[in-house]
Amino acid sequence: MSADGNLGGAPGTIKLRGDLRLVADMIEPGSRVLDVGCGEGELLAYLAEAKGVDGRGMELSQSGVNAGVRHGLSVIQGDADHDLQDYPSDAFDYVVLSQTLQATRQPRSVIAHLVRIGRRAVVSFPNFGHWRIRLNLLANGRMPVTPVLTHAWYETPNIHLCTILDFIALCEELGVVIERSVTLDRNGLPYRLNPRGALANLLAEQALFLLRRAAPTR
Amino acid sequence: MTISIPSAARETALAPDRPGFRLVVAEALALDCGVALGPYTIAYQTYGRLNAERSNAILICHALTGDQYVAGTHPVTGKPGWWETLVGPGKVLDTERYFLICANVLGGCMGSTGPMETNPATSMPWGLAFPVITVADMVRAQQKLIDHLGIESLFCVIGGSMGGMQVLQWAAAFPERVFAAVPIATAARHSAQNIAFHEVGRQAIMADPQWCQGNYLERGERPARGLAVARMAAHITYLSEQALHRKFGRNLQDRSALTYGFDADFQVENYLRHQGITFVERFDANSYLYITRACDYFDLAAEHGGQLANAFRGIKTRFCSISFTSDWLYPTSENRAIVHALNAAAANVSFVEIETDKGHDAFLLEEPEFFATLRGFLDGCARHRGLDQR
Repeated sequence: MSADGNLGGAPGTIKLRGDLRLVADMIEPGSRVLDVGCGEGELLAYLAEAKGVDGRGMELSQSGVNAGVRHGLSVIQGDADHDLQDYPSDAFDYVVLSQTLQATRQPRSVIAHLVRIGRRAVVSFPNFGHWRIRLNLLANGRMPVTPVLTHAWYETPNIHLCTILDFIALCEELGVVIERSVTLDRNGLPYRLNPRGALANLLAEQALFLLRRAAPTR
Repeated sequence: MTISIPSAARETALAPDRPGFRLVVAEALALDCGVALGPYTIAYQTYGRLNAERSNAILICHALTGDQYVAGTHPVTGKPGWWETLVGPGKVLDTERYFLICANVLGGCMGSTGPMETNPATSMPWGLAFPVITVADMVRAQQKLIDHLGIESLFCVIGGSMGGMQVLQWAAAFPERVFAAVPIATAARHSAQNIAFHEVGRQAIMADPQWCQGNYLERGERPARGLAVARMAAHITYLSEQALHRKFGRNLQDRSALTYGFDADFQVENYLRHQGITFVERFDANSYLYITRACDYFDLAAEHGGQLANAFRGIKTRFCSISFTSDWLYPTSENRAIVHALNAAAANVSFVEIETDKGHDAFLLEEPEFFATLRGFLDGCARHRGLDQR
């Protein structure tokens, strides 16, 4: 992103990727948000401007962190596996993990931390159960490379891919409550499908979940 | 909150040949060591203008051997100020936008009360009779200066190395007076390795016969050799192996072959000797002992029940922590420990590690990513503070 890019423009000019727009829609105005794997901070900049959100970011890439801080956002260099444990419980209203879960070493403990640190967690990930992936593997016998999962197997950062049904099963195992869920097409536009059904698991390329701890927060 | 302007504080010009100001505080300062030091002097320099709201002041904290002459021509060395690249009109620390203050630390030798100055009780130089001071003492003295200047809340406190320790101390001790804090290439406590290097420097000074048990000034002596060796050892820690190799390699100094002697055959030796000699001209050996000691004693967590996060509970200050990849004196891990503690206190913090091979000294050099980060952070803070946009 250039200095004149999305983050530097006049109010009302920040355009979000379709899936980030849906993430933003789940967040209440004026809340405290931690965006884990925030990239160059597009979502945080949008939330600050459009919803008056007090946002913080965490990003692994040096260039992403620098871009965020250069644009006046509060971003630290860190990763979901190592740097979530320091945060106190209920430090944020929302913790966002957008398209990053599949790249973590310990997705299970990461999700547990998300719902501990935030009163709510918003998690989005690519659906490995999508028909194109299934067909690709079945027909070619090779690891699938798709418009959403663009890396070859030997260089992909996505080491823990899962299907929508896998994710729902993990939430149940962790006692995490799914408050809302949306399935998305390749462009990040929502499908009108029951996210918990087999059809969504076949047709959706991405999924987005709003989570919270089982015990009601007081 | 109200500001108590120190009673009977006197402000004068520093000296005809020294630009800047001196504030004499009559009221004694209660030092950590138990001694009440007073009256005492704080020598300081300012750049830019304080705005009508008194909301644009930035306090710059200098490092171990730095001083208040941040920018412009240094009155003693004739060289540019130590942060000349960062401070000036239109620069990151923009003197057209901010009011910059830098004070010589307590224990220093550029006009503030320190071992070189006269002990009023004896009318002789303090020497080793000067009480041991700490980073917290330095900050308490600076606080009196900020009171005197009528500044309730500093827009920013910024500094690298020992300056970064002062930044952390400021934020922990006076959180409501620090809107933004930028600790650079620093640590919340001095590591064993850092203490060890400082001890080498102190022993070099004290082993010089001309140190005279600290009483060299009244005997008309100067422990120049000892202080130069201390500087040479310290200077190595400010660089990186790659930077030394890039700059000097094994190149010979003004000769085509080894001399089979102990002259400076290698360029790196010549360079270090030069660093030592020029340092002696501008720095006091006893000051070096006192200030290195202050760094060694610094341990912010220890002051807060062993938990660094406790130093920052409930703090509203916006932090930007910066480290450099090749800095092995205050490595990224030490800076990250500060960030983790700030996270644990749910503080507002940014953290950037800058890729460079220039070692610890990188914080004094023109590093584009470092400057861009700093500019972005300060601009963001200025927006939140409601300072005029440029």
